[in-house]
Amino acid sequence: MCVVARCYHWHHCSLLVNMSRTGTKLDAKKVNSELFTLTYGALVAQLLKDYENVEDINKQLERMGYNMGIRLIEDFLARTGSGRCYDFRDTAEKIQSGFKIFLGITPTITNWSPAGDEFSLCFETNPLTEFVELPDHCLNLKYCNILTGVLRGACEMVQMEIACWFVQDQLKNDNVTELRVKFVKRLEDAIPAGED
Amino acid sequence: MKQQIIDSKANPNATGEADECLFEYLHAELVNYVLTKSSNTAEGEEELSRLEWMGFSVGYRIIERLTREWSRFKDELDMIKFICTDFWSSLYHKQIDNLRTNHHGVYVLQDNAFRLLDKVGTSNSKQYLKESPRLLAFTCGLLRGSLANLGIISTVTAETTTLPSCKFHVQVQRI
Repeated sequence: MCVVARCYHWHHCSLLVNMSRTGTKLDAKKVNSELFTLTYGALVAQLLKDYENVEDINKQLERMGYNMGIRLIEDFLARTGSGRCYDFRDTAEKIQSGFKIFLGITPTITNWSPAGDEFSLCFETNPLTEFVELPDHCLNLKYCNILTGVLRGACEMVQMEIACWFVQDQLKNDNVTELRVKFVKRLEDAIPAGED
Repeated sequence: MKQQIIDSKANPNATGEADECLFEYLHAELVNYVLTKSSNTAEGEEELSRLEWMGFSVGYRIIERLTREWSRFKDELDMIKFICTDFWSSLYHKQIDNLRTNHHGVYVLQDNAFRLLDKVGTSNSKQYLKESPRLLAFTCGLLRGSLANLGIISTVTAETTTLPSCKFHVQVQRI
């Protein structure tokens, strides 16, 4: 049994970078960012193929975001060395800095509720939607819904239950993308008996 | 609706840059998702074509953006070398370690510490070897898609015998 390809002689190819090339060097950060954006786009496209109901896609994206968020919080804490939040305003600022670290954007914090338990994050730009146009039959699709899951998952890991949803979306012709975040409750630490 | 979108694209400098760990977590979720959707084939192999397809569509698009201001490639080997060096190091932080070809349309790209396997197995670990195809299918598609947009129709398969090293076999289809 001879695999055809192995009947030929093999040759090594030198991979020394060709210095005479005139092209500019690729910017690894930029490439990584586009890789993420495009991969996310491919995922949404795949979900659109697999599910008939747009609501199911929104749910699926949220769930995936949740799974990412519970891991991402560890990166966040390790990099920033930040401690527990004093209050929900502190939380809002930390979420904002999380966007800076991971997506390179700084959403503005606005529209605090009088009770101080609800605020909005407004995005003027959003790397996730960089190459995106929504076709008309996808009006109910929350394209960036993964973000709501990420926030929920990340906050849950620091004993905070939040609810999170989009109220405005640039993909749907709004001026900004607005993500509403609501504090629900503190989760109790499950401390083993006998420890403080 | 369309007008809005054109406006937002008129300002390319305002876009942020995603951190590299996001891709890794997202990739993990893709794998996760595909596994819940797929049924095992008769041989007990997992059905990973969804992953491959997603990789293909990403590769097809990303190469177009990366090579936009690049000088024209001399030939097929030149394109494959670009994939092994600049493309690979931008995506996966290191070059392909070894490229071999039989000069009859088969290329073997060997990466001794592939980024998506790097944290799965320490040197020569066999523990997660069985699961490793899940972590390679997307990149197989990525390679196939990139080459497709450069005008090379191919099939790409991956094999790994010891983590975290792996080999990608590119078989060019000549018409």
